[in-house]
Amino acid sequence: MAVSTSEHVLAPVQQRGQVALSRLGLPTRKDEAWRLTNLSRLEAVARMPISNVATASDAPPRMDGVVRLVLDGVNDPLEGVTLPEGLTPLEPKELELALGHSLDRCGWSDDWLIEFNHASAHQLLALRVRGTVPPLELVVAAASGLIATRVLLVVEEKAQLELLQVFSGRGEAAHSHLLEVHLGQEAQMNHGVLACADGLASLFAQLAVEQEPRSAYSLTSVVQGWSLGRIEPRVVQVDGQASTTLKGLAVADVEQQLAVHTSMCFEGPDGELDQLQKCLAAGRSHTIFNGAINVPRKAQRTNAAQLSRNLLLSDRARVDTKPELEIVADDVRCAHGATVSQLQEDELFYLRSRGIGASDAAVLLLRGACQEVVDLLPTHATAWRPLERVLEGLAS
Amino acid sequence: MIRPDAELLLDITDLHASVEDQPILKGVNLQVRSGEIHAVMGRNGSGKSTLSKVLAGHPAYRVTSGTVLYRGVNLFELEAEERARLGVFLGFQYPVEIPGVSNLEFLRVATNARRLKRNLEELDTFDFEDHVQERLKVVQMDPAFLERSVNEGFSGGEKKRNEILQMALLEPVVAILDETDSGLDIDALRIVAGGVNQLANADNATLLITHYQRLLDEITPDYVHVMASGRILRTGGRELALELEQTGYDWVDKELAAQGVA
Repeated sequence: MAVSTSEHVLAPVQQRGQVALSRLGLPTRKDEAWRLTNLSRLEAVARMPISNVATASDAPPRMDGVVRLVLDGVNDPLEGVTLPEGLTPLEPKELELALGHSLDRCGWSDDWLIEFNHASAHQLLALRVRGTVPPLELVVAAASGLIATRVLLVVEEKAQLELLQVFSGRGEAAHSHLLEVHLGQEAQMNHGVLACADGLASLFAQLAVEQEPRSAYSLTSVVQGWSLGRIEPRVVQVDGQASTTLKGLAVADVEQQLAVHTSMCFEGPDGELDQLQKCLAAGRSHTIFNGAINVPRKAQRTNAAQLSRNLLLSDRARVDTKPELEIVADDVRCAHGATVSQLQEDELFYLRSRGIGASDAAVLLLRGACQEVVDLLPTHATAWRPLERVLEGLAS
Repeated sequence: MIRPDAELLLDITDLHASVEDQPILKGVNLQVRSGEIHAVMGRNGSGKSTLSKVLAGHPAYRVTSGTVLYRGVNLFELEAEERARLGVFLGFQYPVEIPGVSNLEFLRVATNARRLKRNLEELDTFDFEDHVQERLKVVQMDPAFLERSVNEGFSGGEKKRNEILQMALLEPVVAILDETDSGLDIDALRIVAGGVNQLANADNATLLITHYQRLLDEITPDYVHVMASGRILRTGGRELALELEQTGYDWVDKELAAQGVA
């Protein structure tokens, strides 16, 4: 996609976004969606200048067979890249039709973060996926100012995609990222998000996923170390009969605030959801999980399970977790649960009784708690040493 | 094997301990020498499990008075991990499941912590795999269990085998096995007991905590102690266990009543 096309398509979006932002104003605590958010940090991001320098990537060498695209806010991510068969940029006409479609289907309107991305995004990547393509890696690094990016993926009927998105952040920098995915019938997508930062940068990532029947979407998100982090996957099964898996890990330390807001909507019968969100809060950090599940009358025989597991690693850390189930259909199975605990005394004692020191035992248990989710990232994520990154962030 | 000149490994004197301010142990006295196998029997709530946890250093149990010397050292001055490194081993009645922590990695870290204390070389991943493969034979355990998370989804019998595997790797000086026989069918019991027998030698000692004689059909104790109301009420040879099997614990109540304890 040439940058000029991006600009051509994005210009009206930016205008609309700016109008919407001035109408909406900054979120306040009165707004339920922002009640727990550190709004002074949000305001600092809102005032951040847009980055106009390409950030040098700290990416490890690309694994064989993986297609890596870098969104640096400035350069065309496809320049000098030969896309493999099955991956093609969307034509401008297709793009105009498709952009914003999944967002609408996910019911995302009048949302400050969405409009913030609309107003700021200056880089767009839009790809069509046909058949089975090699694993794809999208890398976005922020090191100064705001980097606002937008990605649109049209995954055709029966196509298969493995996507890893990597976000990193250093210093006074922030990401605003908006991803739209349309999964055709019987399409399969294994999606990983690995987002680690140094405790100073901020991240807003909104993911809108639209699933046709018999498609399978699996998201594994690993988020660690953002001053203010908010990741919001919204999935809609437009006709039910699809399978969705959402597995998340958020690890916060010091004064970081990490929020995960998920929304799952079944717009037809026989849909499935398997969801686990784990949050680890150390230091004086704060993690927030909000998991909405919507099962209207037409979504009979939905089978959904949501589990929120939280680990408080310090007396001063804070965990908020809220399942939000709206079930109208009567023939459904919807299980949900939430736990907040500290490192289990029995587990610690078991390890110590085998000669493992108290601090080593704690590290082993934390590693175990994180590994359960980290191991579900697409296999080529190992090049990024995800588990080590997450644990290093906790140790600091 | 009783040898009066054998090293005194564990010397428990007038031990009192509480959990949540509830006194459980009320004056336990026991001496264990190397080469010996002791069985501690008694009803539920008699204090058997508490004794094992106090010896291993569980933080929920508070020692209120009395002493325990382990090879002449005050055991209560040592943290749980230090006791383990020095050779005190507790086989858990309910081994803990630890999701996400690989059994193999756990066994390697534990083995190395103990080896370091014995001035033995630490084993790297490859050497450890050879070592553990050989030790698996002690309990006839499937190597597939090494790849799983610690005890997660293991059956009762598999958990107990995993305990004895840990014992085989750590080579303790004093092994305290807390109801290792509970929840085992007869085949699993034989395998676990066989493992304990293979590991017992003239230089170590075993404390078996059990409800039932059937474990003692497989592992022959040198001493049998009956605990009641937080104390050792009677000590005898293996015939005491057989007697208990026939008469039950009713005499315990009479004896306690006679002492004004019950």
